[in-house]
Amino acid sequence: MQDFWRRFKRNRAAVFGLTILMAIVCLALAAPLIYTQSPFRVVSKPFLPPFGEYPLGTDVLGRDVLAGIVHGARISLLIGILATVVAVFTGTLVGGISGYYGGFVDDLLMRITEFFQTIPSFIFAILLVAILAPSIGSIIIAVGVVSWPPIARLVRGEFMTMRNREFVQACIVMGMGDLRVIFQQILPNTISPIIVTGSLMVASAILIESALSFLGLGDPNIMSWGFMVGAGRTHLRTAWWLCAIPGIAILLAVLAINLVGEGLNDALNPRLRHL
Amino acid sequence: MLDIQNLTVDLPAGADRKHAVSELSLQLKPSEILCVVGESGSGKSIMAKAAMGLLPEPHVRASAGKILFEGEDLLAASPGRMREIRGNRISMIFQEPMTALNPLMTIRDQIEEVIFTHQEMPKEQRFQRMVDILNDVHLPDPERILYSYPHQLSGGQRQRAMIAMALIFEPAVLIADEPTTALDVTTQAQILSLIRDLEKKHNTGVLFITHDFGVVAEIADRVAVMQHGHLVEFGEAKQILNAPRHPYTRSLIAAVPSLTPRVPKPVKTESVVLDVQNLNKTFRSGGGLFGGISARVVQAVKEVNLSIRRSETVGIVGESGSGKSTVARCIVRLIEPDDGSVHLGDIDLLAKTRRQLRPYRRRVQMVFQDPFASLNPRRKVADLISEGPMVHGLPKNEALDRAYKLLDLVGLDPRAADRYPHEFSGGQRQRIGIARALALEPEILIADEPVSALDVSVQAQILKLLADIRDRLQLSLLFITHDLRVAAQVCDSLAVMLNGEIVEYGTTRDIFFNPQHSYTRQLLNAVPGKNWNIPGFETPSVN
Repeated sequence: MQDFWRRFKRNRAAVFGLTILMAIVCLALAAPLIYTQSPFRVVSKPFLPPFGEYPLGTDVLGRDVLAGIVHGARISLLIGILATVVAVFTGTLVGGISGYYGGFVDDLLMRITEFFQTIPSFIFAILLVAILAPSIGSIIIAVGVVSWPPIARLVRGEFMTMRNREFVQACIVMGMGDLRVIFQQILPNTISPIIVTGSLMVASAILIESALSFLGLGDPNIMSWGFMVGAGRTHLRTAWWLCAIPGIAILLAVLAINLVGEGLNDALNPRLRHL
Repeated sequence: MLDIQNLTVDLPAGADRKHAVSELSLQLKPSEILCVVGESGSGKSIMAKAAMGLLPEPHVRASAGKILFEGEDLLAASPGRMREIRGNRISMIFQEPMTALNPLMTIRDQIEEVIFTHQEMPKEQRFQRMVDILNDVHLPDPERILYSYPHQLSGGQRQRAMIAMALIFEPAVLIADEPTTALDVTTQAQILSLIRDLEKKHNTGVLFITHDFGVVAEIADRVAVMQHGHLVEFGEAKQILNAPRHPYTRSLIAAVPSLTPRVPKPVKTESVVLDVQNLNKTFRSGGGLFGGISARVVQAVKEVNLSIRRSETVGIVGESGSGKSTVARCIVRLIEPDDGSVHLGDIDLLAKTRRQLRPYRRRVQMVFQDPFASLNPRRKVADLISEGPMVHGLPKNEALDRAYKLLDLVGLDPRAADRYPHEFSGGQRQRIGIARALALEPEILIADEPVSALDVSVQAQILKLLADIRDRLQLSLLFITHDLRVAAQVCDSLAVMLNGEIVEYGTTRDIFFNPQHSYTRQLLNAVPGKNWNIPGFETPSVN
């Protein structure tokens, strides 16, 4: 663990990313304490510019932009993380079974995976949210459904090489059951690339969520960054901050997560870096 | 000609010793083969790389001494000067010709590249020169070889092409870093005699790096023995091989298994514990989802019959691709055989489903080749050994007790139990692997090349351990190896495999003293150093 931290710290950009990410997480956790009331509440006149009475100004209806950003952080992170959990779980299950058993099972599961991969993911996500009716749950499911195939591919590859490693064969010869071989022996050895890919996937999940909200397919009862950009876009020339500020928030969050993902990659797969 | 004086090569801080090579002095004369022998980590390869200017600087660099080549210090030579020398005056061949050749270029392109680097030559002359050199290394049909890619050639052909490439300018010095280690024994014998011939023909000085004393006995004029970066003994091959002075050399030579088969123990019972009948396995590859356009079919195992009696050791010998490992893996059903039967007592292992088989798996256990891949890196030694018995229902504390007893049996400190595999050396890991197999109290142990990844002294220890355990626990052993020396010392009877078939099957003594099949004779003839009688010392032998 100490070793891990030492290697992580060596990547300066990753430490920078982690700092921003921590700040966003703190903000998200503290949101109900800082802004106790709903971010949809009208607080003042519309179109108040930033750095006045309200630090980031007010929007079309006179809602506090900062309150929106703070509450939006909660939703972005929540959806990013939960959707990734769904995707990683599904992907690992499908990829693991596919790689471990091979043969017919592998053929079948990989064709299904390819089926999902051939549909443009964003359009597929729109379709799913439209069918399921916009809500947090349906957005998480939609993002998860379009994100798992790359994980399945990755895990399948790892399992295929691991399956032929001698230590796995030794376990099979011992008479160990398949489930135990998969979960106790192989999975711990493939966890590093899964964590790295998963961490990068959080960033793309946040982007998909923002894009959905921008198109008005977000949960109408929840303030999110994408929704704020979407709502402000018609006033881009008169009130630039309505789009720019949540845009910057998305940028920072995604950048921070990507940097942390890179850092995790260096720390968890140290040999790759030396090549 | 090549004169290494007081060479010291530093290792980066934090390595297990300070110098990879320390204070080493060696002279290579024209037209001789100087073998540098040592175990892994002895610094022999680093020494060769220093001479070629191929050290991974700045992590590893020569800090003192000189390497004089025709009066010029190579360590002080500029990179440009080194490029002129390399491939022209000093050449190198490597262990693995598949990775040393560029897979995307034809042999012609690769040899031509060497020529372009050093000399301008008209096209026809270039071509003629390449054909000549390929003839020199006895490659059949040189023109076809020139237009082949590396993957289209066999291992031996690739190594010959490598040698051709190295010799195109008739270098004064050829450095060969374990050039036959990756090759089969019959191919190895051909390559060794080729190197010998070329050395005579071109007056080349060959610096031949190897770990194998058999190879040394086969080709060396002089021998240098290295240990931990130091030169411990240097002299004429005859003297070193037959009357070594340094204790380390003595211990190395004593560890080389003799080719004379051991005297077999009288087998007490005639009861067959494992009986393999008419085993067949065909591999099919390619074809894809909708069946084969270009399916490749390889019959890896053909009608194999074997039987093992209690406390007997049966060996399977053969070259790579002969199907010997496939037989082992079919017996434990890591590979599903096509047909045949494997009777363990009166149970047919092949007739069970995978789930039904599980309770019986305990009785046949396996020791694997690669001590670095055969232990799960994320589990502690105690878990590795105890998880087998626990799978079969032994309570945890009893399984752990057994693990501690086994660590003691295989000669490891009980404190090893709390550590992870990466903290152990190759030999220690192989001991852990054996303990893991024994934890299930098997009747039959299948050992698939268990010592081929180990240094010769460690190899002797592991073989001794296996023999001890076999005798003490009345185990039957199926021993798979490509090394006839090891087979001679370990096995009571032998099966010789070629292209998936057992071509000869009999007692080890019969096979060694009275081989019937031509392939068996060919194998026995190819064993490096077969005419060298290993001098006896007071050190204990394998059995």
